[in-house]
Amino acid sequence: MSTREKVGWGIGGLLIIIYCLFPIAWIVSLSFKSSSDISNGEFLPTSATSENYATILTGDAAELFLPALRNSFGICLIATALACLLAMFAAYAIARLDFPGKKIILSTALAVAIFPVISIVTPLFNLWREIGLYDTWPGLILPYLSLTLPISIWTLSAFFREIPWEMEQAAQVDGATPWQAFRKVIVPLAAPGVFTTAIIAFFLAWNDFVYGISLTSTSASRPVPAALGLFTGASQFESPTGPIAAAAVIVTIPVVVLVLIFQRRIVAGLTNGAVKG
Amino acid sequence: MTTTVEKETATSASPRHAASDKSRSEARLGWFLAGPAFAVMLLVTAYPILQAFYESLFDYRLTDPANRSFTGLTNYGVILTDSVWWDAFGVTVLITVVTVAVELVLGFALALVMVQALKALRPVLRAAILIPYAVITVVSAFAWQFAFAPDSGFVNSWFSFAGLAPDTDWFGSPGSAIFVICLAEIWKTTPFISLLLLAGLAQVPEVLQEAAKVDGATWWQRMRKVTIPNMKAAIMVALLFRTLDAFRVFDSVYVMTAGANGTEVLSFLAYRQTIARLEIGLGSAVSVLLFVSVVLICALFIKGFKVDLSQARGE
Amino acid sequence: MAAIEMSHIVKRYGDGFPAVNDVSLDIADGEFMILVGPSGCGKSTLLRMIVGLEDITSGDMVIGGTRVNDKAPRERNLSMVFQNYALYPHLTVYENIAFPLRLAKVPDAEVKAKVEQSANILELHEHLQRKPANLSGGQRQRVAMGRAIVRDADAFLFDEPLSNLDAKLRGQMRAEIARLQRRLGITTVYVTHDQTEAMTLGDRVCVLKKGVIQQVASPRELYEQPTNLFVAGFIGSPPMNFLPASASNGKLDTPFGTIQLDEARAQQVGDRDLVLVGVRPEMFEDASLVDEALRDKGARFTAQVDVTEWLGDSQYAYLPYESSPEAAAKLKELAQELDGDQLRTQAIVSIDSTSRIREGQEAEFWFDTRKIHVFDPQSGDNLTRDAEAGAELTRQATEDRKAQVERARATASA
Repeated sequence: MSTREKVGWGIGGLLIIIYCLFPIAWIVSLSFKSSSDISNGEFLPTSATSENYATILTGDAAELFLPALRNSFGICLIATALACLLAMFAAYAIARLDFPGKKIILSTALAVAIFPVISIVTPLFNLWREIGLYDTWPGLILPYLSLTLPISIWTLSAFFREIPWEMEQAAQVDGATPWQAFRKVIVPLAAPGVFTTAIIAFFLAWNDFVYGISLTSTSASRPVPAALGLFTGASQFESPTGPIAAAAVIVTIPVVVLVLIFQRRIVAGLTNGAVKG
Repeated sequence: MTTTVEKETATSASPRHAASDKSRSEARLGWFLAGPAFAVMLLVTAYPILQAFYESLFDYRLTDPANRSFTGLTNYGVILTDSVWWDAFGVTVLITVVTVAVELVLGFALALVMVQALKALRPVLRAAILIPYAVITVVSAFAWQFAFAPDSGFVNSWFSFAGLAPDTDWFGSPGSAIFVICLAEIWKTTPFISLLLLAGLAQVPEVLQEAAKVDGATWWQRMRKVTIPNMKAAIMVALLFRTLDAFRVFDSVYVMTAGANGTEVLSFLAYRQTIARLEIGLGSAVSVLLFVSVVLICALFIKGFKVDLSQARGE
Repeated sequence: MAAIEMSHIVKRYGDGFPAVNDVSLDIADGEFMILVGPSGCGKSTLLRMIVGLEDITSGDMVIGGTRVNDKAPRERNLSMVFQNYALYPHLTVYENIAFPLRLAKVPDAEVKAKVEQSANILELHEHLQRKPANLSGGQRQRVAMGRAIVRDADAFLFDEPLSNLDAKLRGQMRAEIARLQRRLGITTVYVTHDQTEAMTLGDRVCVLKKGVIQQVASPRELYEQPTNLFVAGFIGSPPMNFLPASASNGKLDTPFGTIQLDEARAQQVGDRDLVLVGVRPEMFEDASLVDEALRDKGARFTAQVDVTEWLGDSQYAYLPYESSPEAAAKLKELAQELDGDQLRTQAIVSIDSTSRIREGQEAEFWFDTRKIHVFDPQSGDNLTRDAEAGAELTRQATEDRKAQVERARATASA
């Protein structure tokens, strides 16, 4: 490659980085604007203030935001853990065993992944009200499995297929019981894949909005995206642009941290399973 | 004791029987392990959609449960003859076509840059490109909305040189509102497409490029005649997933316009009927129709464009 | 240490296809047995049945006097080197080698002693703390061997252990395996498709074709007294030439002239319309360079030379010949069975490297008729096999080997 080409591709790369980070930078900048500064028509605040963060963490909006944050973390972590656990068994069977119905399970996972969430939410809304799951944690965890389980099954079976199963046989010849072979050889080899799958599944659950606004009504179980969407109704004189921006920044921090630490694995997981994330 | 004897006779007397025993026990173990996941998936999707279909056959309002009555396919008739449905359908298709087309081209460009970019830059690029993917759709929608909104944004003042009035209301008319919605969607999902395409690019062996170079192909010819045909499967899979995803657009519309000013999409229509207006019968029918549309798109891709989904399985 | 006895072993897969068909083979304690054959001949399946990774459809597998058909691999106390080594990527070299000992809950001090001993034998000392991913192919191979020898297994099993190495390393590791096996004197079963490995390593070689044993014998017996066309064609490189001929009155009429058979062979062959005459390349010579004393022990002929290959220490000439369609079809079928591809009927002959015969010339050749074999093209049987001479070769090999093992043990213990 000539120097000119190198510079060209370098600039291309730089443009991508700007493209990816610009809206994030904007929402961060907005979150530091004071309420009078919001409408200054500029990208940056005239003078940075933390009043928006104070509003949502300790002020008026705290009782809206903090429980939502807790709900989001709790519900998403449980849904992710459950999905990974169920998917682990299923993916092991798909990658390792030959049994009729393998294709059906994979196709079902695909079908569930492309399912329009809104089509499920209507009947669930009705049903949850009848059986008392409306506005509860389990009432969200269960539907979240429809988001997290398919991708977990696909990504994990792709990962599991890549494990050299000869290892397991080698361990058996070396004197391991099936359980020892699983624990000492397969688990260490599979762990990175399971971990990556968990991150991707967590992103999906964390991103949910439809279930959040439809199946909850109070801060008992409302997750952050839904709380953000309903923020507008807060009893304040001004529009809550600043606090929303601050809340958006806070919920973005965990995913950005995960991305920065595990970027290589996430890319491998996404393209391995090649299912919409 | 008896079991060993039985086992002995089974293996020596009829080996075929032993083999089928083994495959049967493998099948049993397979379903034992995969069964729970399968059951949960059915429980959270197949059951609700059947329920929705059932509900859609009734005239049923949650505000007036006593007057629930079976009306057959009347709800479908009502919807399909109502311009509200067709308007929403049109907006949804418009958003889907525009975003997917732009994302495909842009995503391909991004993938090419990532392939060519310097080694040192690659991890940074990868991290950067994952951020829009990982950011919550609602957050992205707010970011774009605030950027364009006259009372909080910078777009109007930044582009005032192009004759943009400082109080331009982007969300006031369908065209400009859909434009901003598309922009937000494209920003958020292009990285995912570009990652899929990047994986597809990586699957095209380098030697093919070299062979084509030796055969005298220009960069553009190599792209068109070697690279793209060889990653067609990856492109089609990316296209399929994104199309289905775009067709379900909801979050951005909810946040930016709440379906006002001619920006209502199908998902939002279904949501509004059920959750907001508590018209369970009508809302269920919209949900079922949306589901049918998605199935049709999927069938069109698989039959029409011959998308090979085993590619997506990484097989 | 243990003998391995197999009787009437059959492996049938779900589709009813027998991958291994009625194999009976006794491997003596301390013997180095090679399983060889073209791909799909069932050699790996047989090995995996010995170690217990494949179920045995029928027949008996007896190791050290115990029937092991229903035993799990870990109960058989065998160690195995896999084709791709199957090193555990998450463990260091040290822990890879120690793995079987850890499973057996051997005390740390003993583990350390044994791993170091293996590492010494295989010269792995400086790599003990590295991960397999950072090792070269040859080093990985040695780690896999280290894991096999670290515990006192009853037998070693090798599944094409050298096939992933380049030619030079393969030669070195071959010698290494031979040295190790002799030193440890442990029963070894070694699967390969490489006949150099088969010829150099094995006390005896078992040639398989489509799941059926063709011949079990010492390498020399296989080479000099093959039992059929398949074995004759498989063993030897370049392979044996098969010249179509008709036999009558003790004379063979071949594309390269007439051969007079001695009385015993003439009787064995009889009169036949089509036979295949097996002549190894090295039985040929440039007629002008043949020793006086040998000259009348063979036959002379002239032929057109298509190509010559000069390799420094030797030289090969390719002699095309015409053959009947029937014979050509038979030769093509044989080539396919041997994993090869016959493009034209030609003989490969080895001539002295100083020979001035060049391609395109018409030249005169000589070949030794005493060692030729005559095969029935239909059954493939070797009509001129001398079973007694063959058995004698194998007996000699066994004796030589015994002496070698004793010497090696004496040196090791001294």
